[in-house]
Amino acid sequence: MTKVGIIDFKTCNLDSIRRASESCGVEVIVADQPGELAGLTHVILPGVGTFARGMENLKARGLDAAIHELVAADVPCLGICLGMQLLGEVGTEGGQEIPGLGLIPGRIERLLPRRPGDRIPHIGWNEVNFRDGGPLFADIPSGRDFYFVHSYHFVTADAKDVMATTPYCGMFSSVVGREIVFGTQFHPEKSQKWGIRLLRNFFSY
Amino acid sequence: MLKIRVMPVLLFKPPTLVKGRGFDSWRRIEVPQTAIRVYNMREVDELVLVDITASGEGRSPDLQLIDQLADDCFMPFAVGGGIRSVEDVRGLLSVGADKVVVNSAAIETPNLIDAITAEFGSQVLVVSIDFRRDAAGKATVHSHSGSRPTGLDPVAWAQEAARRGAGEILLTSIERDGNMEGYDVEMTRQVSASVSIPVIAAGGAGNYGHMVDVLENGGAAAVAAASIFHFTEQTPKEAKIYLRERGFATRLA
Repeated sequence: MTKVGIIDFKTCNLDSIRRASESCGVEVIVADQPGELAGLTHVILPGVGTFARGMENLKARGLDAAIHELVAADVPCLGICLGMQLLGEVGTEGGQEIPGLGLIPGRIERLLPRRPGDRIPHIGWNEVNFRDGGPLFADIPSGRDFYFVHSYHFVTADAKDVMATTPYCGMFSSVVGREIVFGTQFHPEKSQKWGIRLLRNFFSY
Repeated sequence: MLKIRVMPVLLFKPPTLVKGRGFDSWRRIEVPQTAIRVYNMREVDELVLVDITASGEGRSPDLQLIDQLADDCFMPFAVGGGIRSVEDVRGLLSVGADKVVVNSAAIETPNLIDAITAEFGSQVLVVSIDFRRDAAGKATVHSHSGSRPTGLDPVAWAQEAARRGAGEILLTSIERDGNMEGYDVEMTRQVSASVSIPVIAAGGAGNYGHMVDVLENGGAAAVAAASIFHFTEQTPKEAKIYLRERGFATRLA
């Protein structure tokens, strides 16, 4: 029986991801304490806001350690937007080096414009491309648009961890994944049909 | 590549949506719930809802209503009207808004922009700038739903907002709003050229050709429209097909 935990670390709107997850027919709980994470089959780390504040809030509740324990116990984890970025080793907002969860090696760097059309933040619908998108993209063709709203991106240490890319400021990793830990820079809960499909795929994993 | 967004704007004067001409002669139309459900079914790119009398009446956002509306909204949802504080933003984000739109309060206290973006990041904040042109054609920013002249130059204010951390600018021509005779392409061009954040053009769309004009010649990253989607047979989806046929990248699911 699928039981999904959405981590509430007080950085963002959980309503959308909760409703989108519920629409996939799974049981969903919202958890802001490690004690509430028992019995989960899947965990989602959402997030909007700054890397520093995100890590601060996770650590304040012991949720950083709790997430590590879940992954060690083979519970698949999906990080969304800031949540994806927090999976990395280091965030660089404000010119500082802020340690992340370190579940997928890599750094979070600011998007740098390459062409005049590259305005920052990257806001809107853009295509997600892959050759083999892995389990998240079952029945989702490459090249479909998903909704992005961010100024930073995940630079993986290992190219193998890049599952999909998106053309903007050159090209950046829009989906990363290592074993049971995944991250999407876009918001599947705001990406309508294809976003909901991706969530379903995650819950079937 | 990043797609051009076509965004319906819902202007709200509780308890219904309204349509005006030149920010005046407001006519009541349907309740927001109805419009949101329709747009949700049509899978529009993004939706903007602004309570246009909140600031003038000293009201804060109605979180209970936004909570209800957000429940029907499976697409990006930006909400504005009467936002004066970081806590107002926190409340709106927590009930389902993805982004907030700030206008009058940011003009009164520009530091609000810095405070909101320091707390939540630039990507949640759209700074909305309404402007009028005088008889000589000079443009100045007006707050409180167009009722208070501020003396600010739209370009300079947009630059300041961007510098303070705004994620996007929503730029609306007051006199063109609701008249369906085209956007103020020239001001859009000037503002887009002066900032490196996305500029959403609003105010004046009467047909899809107007959208082409403001995208091609105005440098807009997105086009917003209210009247044409409410009062004509034109739809966001048709607009995107039209734009795509003319070489613009739009999202067609």
